[in-house]
Amino acid sequence: MKPDSDVSVPGRITRDDVAYVARLARLNLSDTELEAFTGQLADVLDHAADLEALDLDGVAPTSHPLPLSNVLRPDVPAVGSADEADHRLFCDEVLAAAPAVEENRFRVPPVLGEAP
Amino acid sequence: MSAVSLAASVRSGGRSARSIVEDHLAAIEAGEDEIHAFNLVMADSALERADRVDAVVAAGGDPGPLAGVPVVLKDNMCTRGVPTSCGSRILDGWRPPYDATVVQRLEVAGAVLVGKTNMDEFAMGSSTENSAFGPTHNPRDTSRVPGGSSGGSAAAVAAGFAPLALGSDTGGSIRQPAALCGVVGVKPTYGAVSRYGLVAFASSLDQIGPFANSVADAALLLEAVAGHDPMDSTSIPAVAPDLLGVLDRGVEGLRVGIIEEISGSGPTGLEGFSPDVQSRLAEAGEALAAAGAIVEKASVPSTVFGLSAYYVIAPAEASSNLARFDGVRFGLRVDAENTVDMNAATRTVGFGDEVKRRIMLGTYALSAGYYDAYYGKSQKVRTLIVEDFARAYESFDLLLSPTAPTTAFPLGEKVDDPMLMYLNDVCTIPSNLAGHPAMSVPFGVGDDGLPVGVQVLAPANGEPSMFRAAAVLEAAAGGAL
Repeated sequence: MKPDSDVSVPGRITRDDVAYVARLARLNLSDTELEAFTGQLADVLDHAADLEALDLDGVAPTSHPLPLSNVLRPDVPAVGSADEADHRLFCDEVLAAAPAVEENRFRVPPVLGEAP
Repeated sequence: MSAVSLAASVRSGGRSARSIVEDHLAAIEAGEDEIHAFNLVMADSALERADRVDAVVAAGGDPGPLAGVPVVLKDNMCTRGVPTSCGSRILDGWRPPYDATVVQRLEVAGAVLVGKTNMDEFAMGSSTENSAFGPTHNPRDTSRVPGGSSGGSAAAVAAGFAPLALGSDTGGSIRQPAALCGVVGVKPTYGAVSRYGLVAFASSLDQIGPFANSVADAALLLEAVAGHDPMDSTSIPAVAPDLLGVLDRGVEGLRVGIIEEISGSGPTGLEGFSPDVQSRLAEAGEALAAAGAIVEKASVPSTVFGLSAYYVIAPAEASSNLARFDGVRFGLRVDAENTVDMNAATRTVGFGDEVKRRIMLGTYALSAGYYDAYYGKSQKVRTLIVEDFARAYESFDLLLSPTAPTTAFPLGEKVDDPMLMYLNDVCTIPSNLAGHPAMSVPFGVGDDGLPVGVQVLAPANGEPSMFRAAAVLEAAAGGAL
């Protein structure tokens, strides 16, 4: 992506931009899909260009509607606790729902280079 | 029969939970082929559950405020051991290892889960046409959409398959289908109902809420599921307000403002509102005035920018939340030579077009060089909306608008034009961005004979007065449909 410090709305999204974004998002698109998505994403981003009309200097961003921060549960170890058996059952159920497991772990194809 | 009276009859021993559940299963059996409200009907477990509720009554106990009442859940709420699909192929075969907090609370309240309802994939849509399992049809006219994304829940309640349903609302996904199907739908204050076990779409906007055939039934269900939950770090740390106890207090002296910008009136108002929807809104204002409210025009100028900000913020959060669907831990895996190719092959097959669109939109809006122009700017617009609402609520207790610009539209009409579809959400999105409660109440019909919904908006934690106004509107519209 082009580094760009200007906060005005950039030029219309291109087919190459969409292909790049699809790769980042781990989506494989056919040429026909690429064409269709480019037009549709451009329509939505054109609508967002409405925001150009607003003076947003000095406006603080809102990322969340609630003024809560650092909400934590008590840090209780599961091993040795009264409900340790429940935790083990939970792990079994999590693994049972996975596409492939081996020795209590999620099994995946090689990540780097050749399979061992 | 209302959920309030069904629960009362079960608690008093007047009627068995089993007979109630059997009646609703029969209604589903008779009507589901035409409506397709469900991804899963849980007939056997519902009957077993009903028998357990009846056993509690027989033993002299009280099964709770929802004793024996059939409830259906949008299929993005986790049910332990029971398939939860989010309307997506990518969760094919996945059975969650835990229950969502709302599911646990329904159990404690004595409710009977009857099924998981159809939805736009990962709650992305306004018509339920984006489900991987085919569309839901509107029970008021089966050639029309039920709205979305909680269209299956809205349709199930409208069709009499269950008196109560839960949905989730990120930009209007409870209120808009409620309006289009002619039922009551509530988006509570952000944080009022735990999101633990709700599959995340846009975490700063998502909120679970009820569908019902009456305002009182919606209050009954919301009371049962609301309240602080330590498992959700965004849960409001306070006791949920009493709603059923205040429903009959009326609106005498309440100041109600009709938002010009999102009702198609005033100089800067948005366009695209049907005149019949605008007429019903005006009549709703008159009904509240006749009941003693002070009703005036209100201006919340930045609401017109809500849609633009939402369709950057929600996809941005979704692109991050949906990164977890990578073929490693849940559901579908399409095998490939290495993990990156497996991730891509799985996501390519598993996600539908609307989900792909939003993931790409969000990825783009968050990428280097575009973050400030889109995401940063949208977050600032969110601040303007919060501030504009705060100003409006200095002069008003409640605000009013249409829930949706039109009545239910024909299936297929907007599905190929995402921007046209998104425009359905112009009235509902501002409340999500602000984190405020809002609800849709059926108020008459349009020129086509289809239901029109009026939206009552309130400031954060303003549910009690919002429900009071909704009850007045319901009575003025001729009672529950």
